[in-house]
Amino acid sequence: MNATAIVFYALAGLACASAFMVIWSRNVMHSALYLVPTFLSVAAIYVMLRAEFVAAVQVLVYAGGILVLFLFVIMLVNVKAVQGARLRLHGAVSGSIGAASIALLLSVYGRGRILAAAPDGGKLTEFGGNLETVGWVLYNEYLLPFEIASLFLLVAMVGAIVLARHKA
Amino acid sequence: MIDYLPIGLQLLAAAGLAFVILLLSTLLGRPRHSHTDLSPYECGIDPFEPAGKRYTVRFYMVAVLFILFDIETAFLYPWAMVFRDMGMTGFVEMAIFIAVLLVGFAYCWRRGALDWD
Repeated sequence: MNATAIVFYALAGLACASAFMVIWSRNVMHSALYLVPTFLSVAAIYVMLRAEFVAAVQVLVYAGGILVLFLFVIMLVNVKAVQGARLRLHGAVSGSIGAASIALLLSVYGRGRILAAAPDGGKLTEFGGNLETVGWVLYNEYLLPFEIASLFLLVAMVGAIVLARHKA
Repeated sequence: MIDYLPIGLQLLAAAGLAFVILLLSTLLGRPRHSHTDLSPYECGIDPFEPAGKRYTVRFYMVAVLFILFDIETAFLYPWAMVFRDMGMTGFVEMAIFIAVLLVGFAYCWRRGALDWD
């Protein structure tokens, strides 16, 4: 086993163990905080895949933004009243979502798309680096999804304001 | 990969230092746990409710708006690297993207989402 494999398995193990603690922990605040090692080790795996930009976005958006959002949601909801109630339904819903995600991952893996997308040093240096590669691909090949993303952001913005300020 | 060795060593050193400090204070300190150690005040009123109070929904809205504009900024980084080579096309593409989000920004502003009160 070479060094890359050892580092990968260490990071993957950390991500899985901490993700397990997210669902295992009884305190919902601890659950949210256990997401931090998961996000950071996934970011480190992105770095190993030579996707430095994705890693930076992962830390910036997930570890920095989404997690704060989770903490705010926990702090504004009366957690004690919610805990224990309707857990059976939640378990069924989240279980089927999890099973569907695993099935999707396995089918993508089965078609060899993950291996096909494995880092290719030649293609990366063609444009100058990771960020340039992302830029060229995003703003040429995936232009329409990129512009649609702005619409998604707009909808999320309006939705958040409508939901949070409907009394005003 | 080898370029990231210093970062890994830094992380290991930081985690190791935290571990050593905790270990030393556990080993060398005098463990005396009594009821008063865990109470906020040794005299006065006993705590009667958990410290985790509910917060106003405004924090949530500010956090959502922060993430959305954060993602918008994240899209600007790859664009900033290639826009010289993309010329006018790249400029128009990003102008459309920003224009859509400007509509949202104007909506935030007019609805008073940026004001705290």
